[in-house]
Amino acid sequence: MPAEHSPANLRAEIDRLIAEGAYDPAARRLAELWRRDPGSAVASFVTTRVDQFRHQLQLAKFKLAILRSFTVEPIVPLLRADAFAYGIDLEVHVGDFSTYVQDIVDANSSLYRFAPDAVILAVRTEEAAPDLARDFADLAPDAAQQASDRVTRSFEQSISGFRQHSQAALIVHSLGRPGHPSLGVVDSQSEGGQSGLVRKINADLRRFAAGERGVYVLDYDALVSRYGSQRWHDERKWLMARLPIAADHLLHMAREWMRFLVPLTGRTAKALVVDLDNTLWGGVIGEDGMTGIKVGPEYPGAAYQALHRALLDLSRRGILLAICSKNNLDDAMEALEKHPGMLVRPRHFAALRINWTDKAQNLREIARELNISVDALAFLDDNSFERAQVRSILPEVTVIDLPQNPLEYAVAVRDCPVFERLALSAEDQRRTSMYAEQRQRAGAEQNFQSKEDFFRYLEQEAELEAVTELTRARVAQLTQKTNQFNLTTRRYTEQQIAEMAARRDWHVFSIRVKDRFGDHGLVGVAIAHDEGEQCEVETFLLSCRVIGRTVETALLAHIAKSAAERGCKRLVGWFLPTKKNAPARDFYEQHGFQRQENNGSGSLWALDLNNSPLRSPDWIKLGVHDGGKN
Amino acid sequence: MTSTFEQVQAIASDIFGVPAGKISADSSPETVENWDSMQHLNLVLAIEEKFGVQLAPEDIEQMKTIGAAATLVEKRLQSPAR
Repeated sequence: MPAEHSPANLRAEIDRLIAEGAYDPAARRLAELWRRDPGSAVASFVTTRVDQFRHQLQLAKFKLAILRSFTVEPIVPLLRADAFAYGIDLEVHVGDFSTYVQDIVDANSSLYRFAPDAVILAVRTEEAAPDLARDFADLAPDAAQQASDRVTRSFEQSISGFRQHSQAALIVHSLGRPGHPSLGVVDSQSEGGQSGLVRKINADLRRFAAGERGVYVLDYDALVSRYGSQRWHDERKWLMARLPIAADHLLHMAREWMRFLVPLTGRTAKALVVDLDNTLWGGVIGEDGMTGIKVGPEYPGAAYQALHRALLDLSRRGILLAICSKNNLDDAMEALEKHPGMLVRPRHFAALRINWTDKAQNLREIARELNISVDALAFLDDNSFERAQVRSILPEVTVIDLPQNPLEYAVAVRDCPVFERLALSAEDQRRTSMYAEQRQRAGAEQNFQSKEDFFRYLEQEAELEAVTELTRARVAQLTQKTNQFNLTTRRYTEQQIAEMAARRDWHVFSIRVKDRFGDHGLVGVAIAHDEGEQCEVETFLLSCRVIGRTVETALLAHIAKSAAERGCKRLVGWFLPTKKNAPARDFYEQHGFQRQENNGSGSLWALDLNNSPLRSPDWIKLGVHDGGKN
Repeated sequence: MTSTFEQVQAIASDIFGVPAGKISADSSPETVENWDSMQHLNLVLAIEEKFGVQLAPEDIEQMKTIGAAATLVEKRLQSPAR
């Protein structure tokens, strides 16, 4: 280690930088010190220094209140230092011992005066349910059941009471089960035992929390068992200082809280960019070849498969995966596509940069390709030189420090709080495959001589449907967020869409598209209304994922056909230019419309329906469900 | 190799916010401004975590100076508290 980077010198340098007002470099050095040696001593150093200049930094400010039944004060500096390393300026209020019930019901309590953004309710079984925890052997079965119901009710009252006074997020510790149940092995033979009743309280808590907005359960038992109950607990510190958690595990408690605080502050990553050699497999593909690299179900390849599984789990959470590797493309693709030990395949990755360009440049390009900002990237690479370079050139990227031992890689990824989500939507869970399908389409397109051959190969299917209660929210969302292929850029709420759809002379269509690579979902909207013999297109838009594949022609042809069937003679529509909708500028002209007029805000186009060549392309299989109106 | 005393000194410097050079074997709650009962607990926790030892309640009471803390750490590295 170079002398200027020894811990003592690093501390001196930090103090010098702060004194000079060089706050950004000081912050970077503090984060480096914390990464290198996270623990109670460094946490004290980091938080006292950060407090000297945190207002000079671009940090996300966040106020956290901790309501508790045990000593948490020594955890607070660890939590604040870790939050700082993720760009969060965390202010913490700690409630008095076991006064949380009063704090919550009293609208004027110090809790609400603090105006927290989030509140943690950290209560142990011993204090929340003393009779269940300590005197279980004295309780008759029905008394035990009543005791457990009482605890459940008290949780529910606390949560509802809290919601009456605060909109802050609430994170509730579930109750820990006894390591040594009072009835020994008999306890686990029924659900009415000590463990069973605690489990029931936790199940009820989960159900109740799920029905409330912004209330989350922290699985305390799962946390303790990850590290081992005997090691986690420290009876001496409990008796001396009401601190039940051993010194070694205070950081783990803080980091479990971080899993909630990072998504609450929006400091999450949307994509994880991974290296290949010695990261996704053991060895170097360019040197060791397909038979030499280590990846498979046995040691040592199993370590890499465990990492693959962690990556696949992220992908199911909606986190995009990408590859950035210095390699020959053909070597790397052969391993990715054909190596029998690989659990991740090219289809799992939304972007690939396999070349000899420097990684910072590749990361910038990946962010652009995925249409996310660079600060939404996380980076996983076994090479400490690459990590250091990315850190210095792109400090906004979350760089994950891989441990030396590949067997610990998967846990390093699973422990990283930037991948936590507090809720998952259906679209989140399909996001990676949608990006990968898009890349396969682009790749396939290059293999065809003519566009028409490519369109036939795609085997597109479009479902046209009059808007329904089920699609209304998505239709409104598309009118609100589609900017590029949008002819009039008129924004509508769900309520307005419902009103239009209810009128006899208005027609609101949606279009779903799928093809041989996958399902795009509901990606287009058209709204038309009849006025005598004329039908006017109010809104016509498509998500940019599907434009240029002739789906737009199919949608327009359907509007024209249904208008003609209703007796209309003319189809008209405005193109209203904006800064972003140039891709739609020539749409009417390309489909045989004649320009009628130009005013200051746009151009009006018309098509004679008696005499129109407009047809849906025969390579798109069209299904129409018009709800009987059109 | 840094001595146990120097390591304890470095920990105390972080915890109490005092330069390591100003912390001696005789430094105690009387001479170090921030050394209150909460910081005493923080010092104990940081020592336990850094050295991988557990200090007995008696150790924690006897830890009245930085020198005493270093001696107790060496003792517990030899014979763990029961």
